[in-house]
Amino acid sequence: MYRILKAEMLADNIYLMNVEAKRIAKTCLPGQFVIVKMDEKGERIPLTICDYDREAGTITIVFQTVGASTERMSTLKEGDTFRDFTGPLGQPSEFVNEELNELKKKKILFVAGGVGTAPVYPQVKWLHENGINVDVIVGAKNKELLILENEMRAVAGNLYITTDDGSYIRKGMVTEVIKDLVQNQGLKYDICIAIGPMIMMKFVCLLTKELGLPTIVSMNPVMVDGTGMCGACRLTVAGKTKFACVDGPEFDGHAVNFDEAMKRQQLYKTDEGRAILRHKEGDTHHGGCGNCGGDE
Amino acid sequence: MDVLKKIPVREQDAKVRACNFEEVCYGYNEEEAIAEASRCINCKNAKCIAGCPVAIDIPAFIYEVKEGNFEEASKIIGKSSALPAVCGRVCPQESQCEQKCIRGIKGEAVSIGKLERFVADWARSNGIKPELPVNKNGKKVAVIGSGPAGLTCAGDLAKMGYDVTIFEALHETGGVLVYGIPEFRLPKSKVVQQEIDNVKYLGVKIETNVVIGKSTTIDELMKEEGYEAVFIGSGAGLPKFMGIPGENANGVFSANEYLTRSNLMKAFDDTYDTPLMMGKKVAVVGGGNVAMDAARTALRLGAEVHIVYRRSEEELPARVEEVHHAMQEGIIFNLLTNPTEILADENGWVRGMRCVEMELGEPDASGRRRPVVKEGSEFEIELDMVIMSLGTSPNPLISSTTEGLEADKWKCIIANEDNGKTTKEGVYAGGDAVTGAATVILAMGAGKAAAEGINEYLTQK
Repeated sequence: MYRILKAEMLADNIYLMNVEAKRIAKTCLPGQFVIVKMDEKGERIPLTICDYDREAGTITIVFQTVGASTERMSTLKEGDTFRDFTGPLGQPSEFVNEELNELKKKKILFVAGGVGTAPVYPQVKWLHENGINVDVIVGAKNKELLILENEMRAVAGNLYITTDDGSYIRKGMVTEVIKDLVQNQGLKYDICIAIGPMIMMKFVCLLTKELGLPTIVSMNPVMVDGTGMCGACRLTVAGKTKFACVDGPEFDGHAVNFDEAMKRQQLYKTDEGRAILRHKEGDTHHGGCGNCGGDE
Repeated sequence: MDVLKKIPVREQDAKVRACNFEEVCYGYNEEEAIAEASRCINCKNAKCIAGCPVAIDIPAFIYEVKEGNFEEASKIIGKSSALPAVCGRVCPQESQCEQKCIRGIKGEAVSIGKLERFVADWARSNGIKPELPVNKNGKKVAVIGSGPAGLTCAGDLAKMGYDVTIFEALHETGGVLVYGIPEFRLPKSKVVQQEIDNVKYLGVKIETNVVIGKSTTIDELMKEEGYEAVFIGSGAGLPKFMGIPGENANGVFSANEYLTRSNLMKAFDDTYDTPLMMGKKVAVVGGGNVAMDAARTALRLGAEVHIVYRRSEEELPARVEEVHHAMQEGIIFNLLTNPTEILADENGWVRGMRCVEMELGEPDASGRRRPVVKEGSEFEIELDMVIMSLGTSPNPLISSTTEGLEADKWKCIIANEDNGKTTKEGVYAGGDAVTGAATVILAMGAGKAAAEGINEYLTQK
């Protein structure tokens, strides 16, 4: 059992939890993820690590409610436990293995979208702690859905916040901010790291390809075991099949087949929807979907 | 009673069981077991023992069954096997012990597997526990993986007095016994959990959710946590795909994913959160035991199921009993057939599969006749789901994170067959991580040999 030391709602449907997981906190690095399972009947859910405290032995996770299991997870409180908490999984971000002096010469741009702000944070923090300040663009639908603003401000070099509806700081997509920085302000970056919804990463990559800016993305496909055993998370990268859980989750964004990845992400959408319905309606669920037998 | 024939074993009717997940085979009752046991001629130079990877004293336990001394029979099996209820159900006896049975020269071999299962089930329902270790030596040994190799190695080491901890990557203990083999072939709570509880009863500790190579490493276990030896039984690894067009379409799964969702995550049960696509017309590509398991699971979930295999029935690598059961239940076998492309609709969902017919040519290096494509035989079948069951390739996670541990060119860990010794001092390995995908009993045999190897190493150290 893995104890929850802090549980907090960051925004509508977005939750942050601090969880005791000593082994993971000892070895994890930016870019890696954990798999959590709240109880006997829950799904195994992959979540990128948002923060870690090696001394306290804790891992911070941030998740958005998207299916039955995350919906139930959101009800957990301080003092409750996760039945299972596994990791750190996947490969760390490439830069943690680079020579620091070489890395310091590079100009890095981070692009975070929505709940993708959570996995960007530990990377920016790690670089900051190693004396490297990077530019960060954070995009959110609106002011209410913007998360980790103060935390990010404390570790980022320049922080550019944008909202789809213009309810905070500026209006527009993250791609417009990239264009503004690179084309209008003439800033030069050596690498861009973009993490957010697949559709955002796709459009960031289309733009940065045009701009000649190498881009790394963090993929979040459907996963089961997270250790390479099931192959559910397979993606096509540069024409080859890769497993996001063991080969990634970070890949060369210009080589990822996003259209295929987005189609694959739809896979359990309908079933997941049904599971939510069952959960929300509880004992009163009496069908209508024509699939679960509740009509009988 | 015809002494040349096996006492038939009672099974659930094929039509009924095709719609449920209850165990197919009921096993022998006491009378049937005694009758079958009396067919054994108790050979002085018993060949069957040599056919058993863990060398159970088969004639001795069968003799006790014949005499009605079931507890004594279970003690004899317990000396060699930690998981008899599992092995009695999933071992390929026809190519091991029963193949060597003298009775089998004229007539049918003694039903050794069914007798083993009977004894193990009897012991369980009568609360017989394994004998506890007499002296504990306090030496710590780590076992990686809680599948058949790991459980056997851990159980044997605990019996010798070692302080054993198993590290399991998944959230449940049992490895392939829980994520791979379905309930209708190997009941989880009744059989697998019981065998795991017996290993725990011997004093073995189990830590789940620890991925060795990620959460910690073998080097850290040995240097920082005081483990004097390590056994690696981490299992098979990454599923193979064919590399044909359309394989990433929605509705194409590896057998590993399909079975893991159904068995480990219990997706077939509506009260569990994990979803599982319910295909209506499903093709399972491959002919091994895993293919049969996936096909029979899909059938039970309501699909019309086709096994698509490129050689003929004779070459099917699955156990004869599994093929027989699958056919009885109504699985359609498209033999001498090979897929060339998976066809998807405009939204990326499977709509069919393009195949070619095959014929058998000259024998290849494996001695099996090589399938060759029949010219102009291309055809399409309509489907909404495809399960790829083509075997696995080893997971490089452990070999790539352990200094001095060598793997071969297929990334299988190199280990001595006799004692499991690897290229790194104090580290032993066995099972699928060494051999590539094989059987439960071969993994158990390797776990057993490694327990001996580790004991020898730590005694001399």
